[in-house]
Amino acid sequence: MIRVVLPAHLRTLARMDGEIKLEVEGPITQRSVLDVLEARYPMLRGTIRDHVSFKRRAFVRFFACEQDLSHESPDAPLPDAVATGTEPFLIVGAMAGG
Amino acid sequence: MSSIRLLIGTKKGAFILTSDGKRKQWAVNGPHFGGWELYHLKGSPADPNRIFASQTSSWYGQVIQRSDDGGKTWNPPGTKPEDLMGPDGMPKGESNMFLYNESAETGQPLTTHQHYDGTQRPWEFKRVWHLEPSLTDPDTVYAGAEDAALFKSVDGGTTWKELARLRSAKGQLWQPGAGGMCLHTIVLDRAHPDRIFVAISAAGTFRSDDGGKTWRPTNRGLVSKYELPDPDAEVGHCVHCITMHPSRPNVLFMQKHWDVLRSDDAGDSWHEISGNLPSDFGFPIAVHAHEPNTVYVVPIKSDSEHYPPDGKLRVYRSRTGGNGWEALTKGLPQQDCYVNILRDAMAVDQFDPCGIYFGTTGGQIYASADAGDNWTPIVRDLPPVLSVEVQTLS
Repeated sequence: MIRVVLPAHLRTLARMDGEIKLEVEGPITQRSVLDVLEARYPMLRGTIRDHVSFKRRAFVRFFACEQDLSHESPDAPLPDAVATGTEPFLIVGAMAGG
Repeated sequence: MSSIRLLIGTKKGAFILTSDGKRKQWAVNGPHFGGWELYHLKGSPADPNRIFASQTSSWYGQVIQRSDDGGKTWNPPGTKPEDLMGPDGMPKGESNMFLYNESAETGQPLTTHQHYDGTQRPWEFKRVWHLEPSLTDPDTVYAGAEDAALFKSVDGGTTWKELARLRSAKGQLWQPGAGGMCLHTIVLDRAHPDRIFVAISAAGTFRSDDGGKTWRPTNRGLVSKYELPDPDAEVGHCVHCITMHPSRPNVLFMQKHWDVLRSDDAGDSWHEISGNLPSDFGFPIAVHAHEPNTVYVVPIKSDSEHYPPDGKLRVYRSRTGGNGWEALTKGLPQQDCYVNILRDAMAVDQFDPCGIYFGTTGGQIYASADAGDNWTPIVRDLPPVLSVEVQTLS
C-alpha cells in the first residue's frame, strides 16, 4: 500500500481529503505511483506532470523520507519506506511567490 | 420572472452574482475554486445552465470546469468514469489537454514564433484566456490559448482540437505582449455561422469565413508607431479587445494598445475613432445591447501607467459609433482611483434599459442599470478581477 499526500488545491480538485492509499503493482517508482494516482483521479492528469511527455510541472516537487526526489529519474525506485507504506510520498506545490 | 447572473473570474477564484430584472439587490456566491486564477467563465447561449470556466495555476496548470446547472455544481468534463472510458477501461481526463497541432495535414506546420528579444521560440501551452461557447450548440465551445492558438471542443469541453491553420497566418511574426502571447478575444457571428474573428496580443485580429479551416490577418488601418518597426505591418499589433453588435455583424469596434478603432467591412479595414477621449489606451470595449452605435471604453493613462487618467475612474460612452465621447462618472470614484479594468472585464446585459458591468483590479464590480448614466458597486473587495460576463435569464 502506497501512501500519497497531495497539496491542498489538488485535494480539492480530486474531491478527497487526507492521504490517498494506492495499490501499485510492480516496481514502486514515481512513474508507477503517478500512473495509478491519475487512473483513479483522472482530473489530476496534467496538473502534476505533462499529459504527453510526463515531465514534472516546474512548480511541483516530490518529497519523501525528508528527501527531495523531484530530480530523480521517474523510473528510479522510491525509498523502501515509501514502498512499504511506512512513509508517505509527498506531492508538494513549490515554495514560489512572495 | 427575468433574472441576471454575472460570472466573475478573479485572481483567486470565481464568483457568481445574481439579481432580478430590477438589478438593485444582488447575492454574491463564491469563491468557487478558491486560490486558483479564473481567467474566464462564460455561459452557453444555447443552454444558459451550461457554463464553462478556465481555471489555471502557475503550479498545477490548466483545468477546464463545466457546470450544467447554472453554476451550482462543477466538474472537469470527462473525468467521471461514466463520462468517458478509454480502451483500457480508465477515464481519460483530457479536458485540460491542449496540444498544438504540428501535423502536415494543417498545411503548414509551424513550430516557432517571435520572442521579446526577436529570436524564435517554440509554441508552449500555458493557459486558456477565453472560452467562447457556440451560439447554437451547447456542446461546442472555443478556447483562446496562450501561447496564442484557437482550440475547439465539440463534446462539451471533454476533448480539444486546435484550429491550427490560424498559426499559418504569419505566426512566425507574432510576439508576446506584456501579458504573454495570448488569444484573448473570440467573436462569433450569428448571421454568418462559419465566420470567426479572433484577436491576439501581439499579433492583431484574424478572420475565418470557413469555420476555422483558413484564416487571414485583418489589420489594415492599424498603426503601431512605437510598438512595431513597420507601424502598419500586416501582423504584430497589440489588439486588446474587439466586439460587435449581433444586428450589425460587419461593424467591429476595437480597443488597441493605443487607439480605439472601428471597421465597417468585417475587419477588412479599420479607422480610428478615438476622437475626444482623454487617453486612447485601454483594455475592454463593449457595445450597448440595443443601440449598435453606442460604444463603451474605459481610458487608461498609458501602457506603463495602468490606471485611469487623473485618478478618476470614468467610463466613456459614444452614441455615435465613435469620435464623440462623453464621460460617465456618477457613482464612480473621481479621486485617488488607480485601478485597472482588464480586457474581458466589461459586459452588458440584454434588459431594457441596458445594464453594463465592469470589474477592476482592485476587486470592485460596478454596475449600471441605465446604460451607464449611474453606477453602483455591487461588491467592493473581491480579488483582482480578470473577467466579467453576463447572463440575462428569463
